[in-house]
Amino acid sequence: MSNKYALKPEELKKEFEQKKPRIPKGNFAGKDWWDLPVEFRDGNWCFPAKPEVLDDLHFPNPRKWAATDKDWKLPAGWEKTIREGMKDRLKRFRSFKLFMDSCVRCGACADKCHFFLGTGDPKNMPVIRAELVRSVYRKDLTAFAGILTKFSGSRTLTAEVIKEWHMYFNQCTECRRCSVFCPMGIDTAEITMMARELLNLIGVNNNWILAPVANCNRTGNHLGIEPHTFEQNIMSLVDDIEDLTGVTVNPTFNRKGAKILFITPSGDVFGDPGVYTMMGYLLLFHHIGLDYTISTYASEGGNFGMFTSNEMMKKINAKMYHEAKRLGVDWILGGECGHMWRVVHQYMNTMNGPADFLKEPVSPITGTKFTNAKATKMVHIAEFTADLIKNGKLKLDPKRNDHLRTTFHDSCNVARGMGMLEEPRYVLNKVCNVFYEMPENTIREQTFCCGSGSGLNAEEFMDIRMRGGFPRASAVAHVREKHKVDSLVTICAIDRASLPPLMRYWNPGVTVYGLHELVGNALIMNGEKKRTEDLRENPMAGFEEDDDE
Amino acid sequence: MKKVLKPLILVIVLALVPYVGVTYGKLDYLFAIIVPYAATAILVLGMIWRLIDWLRRPVPFRIPTTCGQEQSLDWIKTNPLECPSNPFMAAMRVLSEVFLFRSLFRNTRAELHSGPKLVYGSHKWLWLGGLAFHWSLLIVVIRHARFFFEAMPFPVQMIETMDSLLDVTVPTLFLTDAVALAAVTFLVLRRLQDEKMRLISLSTDYFPLFLIGAIAAIGVSMRYVTKVNIMPVKALTLSLAHFGFDAPEPIGALFYVHLFLVCVLLAYVPFSKLVHMGAIFLSPTRNLPNDSRAKRHVNPWNPDIKFRTYAEYEDEFREKMKKAGLPVEKQ
Repeated sequence: MSNKYALKPEELKKEFEQKKPRIPKGNFAGKDWWDLPVEFRDGNWCFPAKPEVLDDLHFPNPRKWAATDKDWKLPAGWEKTIREGMKDRLKRFRSFKLFMDSCVRCGACADKCHFFLGTGDPKNMPVIRAELVRSVYRKDLTAFAGILTKFSGSRTLTAEVIKEWHMYFNQCTECRRCSVFCPMGIDTAEITMMARELLNLIGVNNNWILAPVANCNRTGNHLGIEPHTFEQNIMSLVDDIEDLTGVTVNPTFNRKGAKILFITPSGDVFGDPGVYTMMGYLLLFHHIGLDYTISTYASEGGNFGMFTSNEMMKKINAKMYHEAKRLGVDWILGGECGHMWRVVHQYMNTMNGPADFLKEPVSPITGTKFTNAKATKMVHIAEFTADLIKNGKLKLDPKRNDHLRTTFHDSCNVARGMGMLEEPRYVLNKVCNVFYEMPENTIREQTFCCGSGSGLNAEEFMDIRMRGGFPRASAVAHVREKHKVDSLVTICAIDRASLPPLMRYWNPGVTVYGLHELVGNALIMNGEKKRTEDLRENPMAGFEEDDDE
Repeated sequence: MKKVLKPLILVIVLALVPYVGVTYGKLDYLFAIIVPYAATAILVLGMIWRLIDWLRRPVPFRIPTTCGQEQSLDWIKTNPLECPSNPFMAAMRVLSEVFLFRSLFRNTRAELHSGPKLVYGSHKWLWLGGLAFHWSLLIVVIRHARFFFEAMPFPVQMIETMDSLLDVTVPTLFLTDAVALAAVTFLVLRRLQDEKMRLISLSTDYFPLFLIGAIAAIGVSMRYVTKVNIMPVKALTLSLAHFGFDAPEPIGALFYVHLFLVCVLLAYVPFSKLVHMGAIFLSPTRNLPNDSRAKRHVNPWNPDIKFRTYAEYEDEFREKMKKAGLPVEKQ
């Protein structure tokens, strides 16, 4: 598991062994952070958006360029655009203004960032990441600090500063771990969001974010899958389910009059291992006889607009309510995803609500009212399933997951942008018998990012991804050594895409699963044939063909 | 270490200004009356302006950082303080930050060990040092209220009594004097000792520490060593408390150094990181309940955004959809 964009694992291990117990890399004694150079090299930058993608989105400054170029071909008057853009955002976001003003540089956040822990690059300490913007804010926008430039750590906006912003605001996954530890509650995710909005104003961007945004706008999902292909793909999963279980599940598409609209990240429909999670959902809905439909138009739970600008986030998110209204459903059920749930939980109703055309969500199976979602009218699948299990509505055989020794990875946004910690654990413990928690500083609200969130899952970014994922991998290695854990369960589509390469790199032999894949394994379906394999067609322990227990 | 020396020299120069001014320039009136009023005015007006400036900016989205289980299904145990679901608990959360430094209490220190693997140790020194620093300063400030009243208010008296439990010196040693000096020393040393902190710290981080350290050191020396004559001081402070403009009796120059540095600190607050004393109450990751799915949060500038409607989508894909047997609105 290595390519030209990442060191071989042995080389990176050696680098860590040499500098231990230190986290920072290199010697910067006697230097100030603004003296440290910004160096783009293979593996530490994402390809910029292709000109046609920008044209599609009506975004400024389409051109061919690379971060390694000396001249980034910034548009004329870009300094003014950034300054005005900053002023405008400082006016519209109290958070941005407060976070510029209130940092005391106590350093509590410094070693909380997975990118700092993995790269040792001092500018990846959240406090300095924020100072990259703050230094310009002080010089340009506050009357007093600008006078004493060096004294107050303020500096002029130059093209070099833009390069630095591009580097380090794309080495932040908006995971919010630093904000858990900050005594002022400063959230670097908020600053990164602002910086990325600003950079997009002058055409400094990331193709791995903007191409999905453009796709999602046109076809409804990040991968640009057209409606007929979307349907076909799910139907091929239906066939797989039939082969494995002998049960025919019947998903419907764009069906008016369904009670519930189900929306999940498109990665669950197309990506391995996301598809197995999708099979789990389909089995579950069939098991309980849910009256639901899937939309090919609102066919994306994820929202890369969130990594672009709040306007783009709103534009992409608008489809969910628009489609729910058209189909006349009662409420929306959402699949496993991280940033999707930050958007749904903290932004959707504000941006695109009120959703008064929907009904307050009630489980049609148990009658439970989801009062915590009564305004947004969107329920998380883990809440939904936990309620089903609690009320004894599922026939489960957890032994069917006995071939897996599991641990659970909290995804950042669900943990720190929503507070859903117990539901997935409850479900997991009901569908499998072997479960161990990773160390407490690496789970729940202190969970570590996979290293590839917020649109940084690009192949060409592998070096930073493998470094940024190191704290997570290190925690997995711990339970692997101690408890022989071999299965990492997640409730996030980005995790399902990014953790497999991370595990191959750091912990070969550990496989990544979605929570509802394990639910699918454990469900005893009506009329099923004898099941000997899990949804991946791996043999289950104790269910061998000739087993005559 | 220019970053450290510059603010140190600045504090020394600032200390010399009133010393020279009073000793050689007979500028008592300036340093006793004009500067204190001006500094107080700057502090009060400056902080009011900062607060208004923050408050008039909207909070477009409800973005609490959830650090515990949210309220969801009624059989799941919630963490109301770390993940408040109503404004009252959100206020409790803010107060736990203000009075107990709740988030700093979580602090850990990461180290790379063989393997390689990351190990996190509990690291509460910053929490302890910060708490000691802020609380002792608060008590010192409250104790100074004795100078601004004819008769000492009862709560102040109580605090003074508690503060002088360790009665080992003459005059009685105030615990907070010792704690404040120790804490400020710790806060300076931790910035100097750790390579990460050295890089993070700016001159504007050292300056207030040196300033507060100097104020405390001079205050302590006036009380325990040089024993400044308290009568004219109290006459001056009482006059100031009643907005008087009478020229003060002669007081030692050391007192004016203390007073002037306090004035510098007061005037510095609204224009520096010391505004965190107000900002902490407004932090939207802490002071909002995590109830955005149960209650709609309104963004006053919610923009009108044109999105791609279903109709436009169907127009592009209608034939393909029909062929795949997907329902369509228009034939």
